[in-house]
Amino acid sequence: MKLRTIARHLKEGLKNVGRNGWMTFASVSAVTVTLLLLGVFLVVMLNINNFGRNLEEDVEIKVYVDLTATDEQLRELGETIRDIPGVSQLRYSSKDEELKNLINSLGDQGKAWSMFEQENPLYNAYFVKTSDPRKTSKVAERLKTLDFVSEVKYGEAEIKRLFKVVDISRNVGMALVLGLSFTAMFLISNTIKITIFARRREIEIMKLVGATNWFIRWPFVIEGLLLGVFGAVTPIALIYWGYSYAYDTVSPMIDSSFIRLLPTEPFIYKIAGVLILIGALIGMWGSTMSIRKFLKV
Amino acid sequence: MIEMQDVYKQYKNGVHAINGINVTIKSGEFVYVVGPSGAGKSTFIKMMYREEKPTSGAILINGINLTTLKERKVPYLRRSLGVVFQDFKLLPRLTVYENVAYALEVIEESPKNIKRRVLEVLDLVKLKHRARSLPGQLSGGEQQRISIARSIVNSPKVLIADEPTGNLDPDTTWDIMEIFKEINNRGTTIVMATHNREIVNTIRQRVIAIEGGKIVRDEMRGDYGYEA
Ligand SMILES: Nc1ncnc2c1ncn2[C@@H]1O[C@H](COP(=O)(O)OP(=O)(O)O)[C@@H](O)[C@H]1O
Ligand SMILES: [Mg+2]
Repeated sequence: MKLRTIARHLKEGLKNVGRNGWMTFASVSAVTVTLLLLGVFLVVMLNINNFGRNLEEDVEIKVYVDLTATDEQLRELGETIRDIPGVSQLRYSSKDEELKNLINSLGDQGKAWSMFEQENPLYNAYFVKTSDPRKTSKVAERLKTLDFVSEVKYGEAEIKRLFKVVDISRNVGMALVLGLSFTAMFLISNTIKITIFARRREIEIMKLVGATNWFIRWPFVIEGLLLGVFGAVTPIALIYWGYSYAYDTVSPMIDSSFIRLLPTEPFIYKIAGVLILIGALIGMWGSTMSIRKFLKV
Repeated sequence: MIEMQDVYKQYKNGVHAINGINVTIKSGEFVYVVGPSGAGKSTFIKMMYREEKPTSGAILINGINLTTLKERKVPYLRRSLGVVFQDFKLLPRLTVYENVAYALEVIEESPKNIKRRVLEVLDLVKLKHRARSLPGQLSGGEQQRISIARSIVNSPKVLIADEPTGNLDPDTTWDIMEIFKEINNRGTTIVMATHNREIVNTIRQRVIAIEGGKIVRDEMRGDYGYEA
């Protein structure tokens, strides 16, 4: 295809957008509504995912070491743990350090524990983080079998519950996003079909004077692409304002280590990119689908 | 060269429009297709540029076998032909100029050549002054002349015309026939369905008469043969 032919298709596509008046408006509105819903779901879903990831990262396995272990055996145990597949981080904390932490964390009440400083009832402990939080329970089982391990602790029940919540929200989110994308495609393809139906005589004539299918299709594909991109503008603007507001005002009121909203800056641009891309794709797909039938001349 | 062998055409509604046609039209010939209304002239013509496919039989045009031609090759067949449609088939939203230019745009002709050729043929059909009008603003005769201009703009090897003078006044009719004779003299094959006895009897050419979907007469330098 020659450059000027590409230019011609672009010009024709643009002209059609202007020429089709309220049909353009209807298509753009259809895309706007669906992309807005889709965008909101994307924002929510990605944030839930992020909460999940934060939580997962906080999961630590505590390995309490038998008091009978000598310093040498303690060191060996550390090396064995480090070699277990899936272990990514290992931190050692002696029972004295543990007690100090405990006293500090309890503040005034901690003073009561001071009396144990002579006769420390705590254990030396290793803190293990896994490369993938989903390996936690497996690694924990493995740790239980090691020598000199007196107890292995991690939030078993909590982790399982958490993963369930994250998984469900992920799947529901995916299903919704997929469903909405298809609805949008269907809507835009139907809207464009009406505009194309009004022009089926024109398409027939174009074919009869020797136009190839692609020569006819390109302007429609570009028209669809433009409709999709225009349809993405309003949702992006609304989501940008909405999210900035939520991030600046709501977020500081929540004091939690893991319920943290994703920072506005790169996140919102990614969302905008995705919405434009999806808009463009459903627009092009919609017009390609709706023109198909009319090219058989 | 145009060749039809044992061609039959039955429309979906059951009408047998063409019933066994065998014909050979050599390059550079000028052929009138005559016959009463409903005889099958338009169907005969439509099969040449593949608007209709024959139900059986073979059609060859310039070595292209239309019966085995792949769907995506059809545009290239149509570009080698010029077609004047009985119902003009002009694009309503394009200007006269753009309508004629369209046939050259699809073959990706350069803008310079498009402009030159389009103005040339518009001048030939005497409609240069209407270049910026929309088809809907023109009379039937003027639309027909635009359709003629478009059909010859790409200098086709074969010109197929379905009653191209049906809507023209006598003066314009003779002007158009002059153009056809002129491009025929330059080597273009012309197949023209017509009801105009005066033309057929004055500008003597080969006459193929179709009745009931069959060729009933085929004469070199024939006459119209029907009462007006
Ligand atoms: N698209 C069509 N569908 C069904 N029947 C048709 C169609 N076109 C033409 N016919 C029928 O085929 C016969 C031949 O028509 P046509 O080729 O248009 O004849 P002519 O051009 O000589 O008047 C007529 O009986 C007509 O009614
Ligand atoms: Mg006819």
